[in-house]
Amino acid sequence: MDLHLKNISHNYGEVDVLKNIDLEINHREIVCVVGPSGCGKSTLLRFIGGLEQPARGKVVQIGAAPEDSLNPLTYIFQDFALLPWRTVIGNISLALEDHGLSALERKSIIENVLARTKLSDFRNALPRQLSGGMKQRVAIARALSVKPAVMLMDEPLSALDSQTRELLMDDLVDLWSREGFTACYVTHNLNEAVQLGHKIVVLSRRPGCIREIVDIDIPLDQRKNYINELDQKQMQLWALMRDEALAADQELING
Amino acid sequence: MAEKKAKAKDQVVAKEAEIKTVPFRGGGFKIRSIRTIAPFVFIVIIAFWEFGSQTGLISNLVLPAPSEAFGALRELVESGMLVVHLSASLKRLIIGWSCGSVLGIIVGLLIGLFPLARAGMSPLVSAIFPIPKIALLPLFVIWFGIGEGSKVATILFGTFFPTVITTYGGVDNVDRGLIRMGQSFGLSWFSIVRKIILPGALPAILSGCRISASIAIILLVAAEMIGAEFGIGAYILLAGSLFATDQLVAGVAILSTMGLIFAWLIGRAEKYFLNWRT
Ligand SMILES: Nc1ncnc2c1ncn2[C@@H]1O[C@H](COP(=O)(O)OP(=O)(O)OP(=O)(O)O)[C@@H](O)[C@H]1O
Ligand SMILES: [Mg+2]
Repeated sequence: MDLHLKNISHNYGEVDVLKNIDLEINHREIVCVVGPSGCGKSTLLRFIGGLEQPARGKVVQIGAAPEDSLNPLTYIFQDFALLPWRTVIGNISLALEDHGLSALERKSIIENVLARTKLSDFRNALPRQLSGGMKQRVAIARALSVKPAVMLMDEPLSALDSQTRELLMDDLVDLWSREGFTACYVTHNLNEAVQLGHKIVVLSRRPGCIREIVDIDIPLDQRKNYINELDQKQMQLWALMRDEALAADQELING
Repeated sequence: MAEKKAKAKDQVVAKEAEIKTVPFRGGGFKIRSIRTIAPFVFIVIIAFWEFGSQTGLISNLVLPAPSEAFGALRELVESGMLVVHLSASLKRLIIGWSCGSVLGIIVGLLIGLFPLARAGMSPLVSAIFPIPKIALLPLFVIWFGIGEGSKVATILFGTFFPTVITTYGGVDNVDRGLIRMGQSFGLSWFSIVRKIILPGALPAILSGCRISASIAIILLVAAEMIGAEFGIGAYILLAGSLFATDQLVAGVAILSTMGLIFAWLIGRAEKYFLNWRT
């Protein structure tokens, strides 16, 4: 299943947030979106998943989602969004409860995603007992449990310390190499973008429009061997973003 | 010479100051339960009061001694009237409070969930909440009869409004991010309400219950002012009109005990339902 964002523009009252965004998210491709703070990245992601509607333009889905996908467009949130009153199992089960699955089916799906995210030992822990990295792994497990066609991630690692972030990055790279999911990954961390992205979309400051799309052809699981090339890409991205970020900063001071 | 000594001393002081441990400033606001203090406070106050009465420091006309009140209480138990009064009062309390709370939670949820209900009902609630329900008691007597009806209605109305307000406040305060998460996983409206909004509002609802339980006890005495033969409130009012202050204090002690027991029960419920809180 591919997604096509067709000429999306949006404003909140007087404020133009996004302008003429045209973008394709293809099957088995990770599209990273970077841009200065407040340029509308989160807003764009809400449009893609249908949580909000753009003022102009639309998001179209090309081809049907796989039969077994329970929730084709699935989010992973920056603040994890786990229910504090449910255990790890309960939180994953929440996503499955409205799909008419038998208890047995639910259980086997949950066991499967727990094993894949190495959470089996924590199945009965409450969120308050888990570290940040662990919570995000639960959120990833919950997302995997509904077999998404496209994962929509809004700065999923930015609440975590850098070591945990590296570990989870490796997990995501592993996961992609094994299963090849499709994702739109919003981040402000250029290093994450070059490690994960097949396509990196650089947005301008508000109103956000696409400044450039940078492709990286190196296979994800081999990127560790191409550190120089990635560094160069990162520099290229930073050069693109630098002026925008600076201008965005000035805007806040003046405005 | 003296100057030199002073300087040396200063240096020693400075050296000592350099290795002192950082003062601890983090305490004070943590909620801890110290179990033994509460009974101790009660015992000290009662002992002091008894002592004052025995020595004549507190005149018997002003306040009866705890031992006299205790005597009145024993009389009440031995005559078998305690059970009669208590069961009459508890019945009114429990029916009035539970109906008021359930209706209040339902209406509070409606106001929290539906803009139309909010627009229509929340001004009404704000308008009626501050009216002392005791003032309406004569009306309740006309509407619901002089018997149990008016008494239960007073308690029901008194507990209904605060419950409505705490409930919709609780619904308003549920983390929007969690609701959005529920929507993003395609949960039905009903599932979101039952699995996300209700548990999220539960802390507020339970603390609302704490308040409404106290209000219910206050209103119980007021409700039993008119046409009640039995009931703790009736007992207290009768004692008051006869200036039997020992009985009055005994009755008030029973009310306090009821309040304590309610608070304890709600505390247990909070521990049980809200064990997920940090
Ligand atoms: N519901 C809303 N109502 C009004 N304005 C909004 C709303 N949501 C976002 N905005 C505004 O739209 C702009 C873009 O917000 P958005 O959260 O999409 O930015 P972002 O790129 O995700 O920023 P960040 O990098 O800080 O996460 C901001 O200026 C924000 O104030
Ligand atoms: Mg954002």
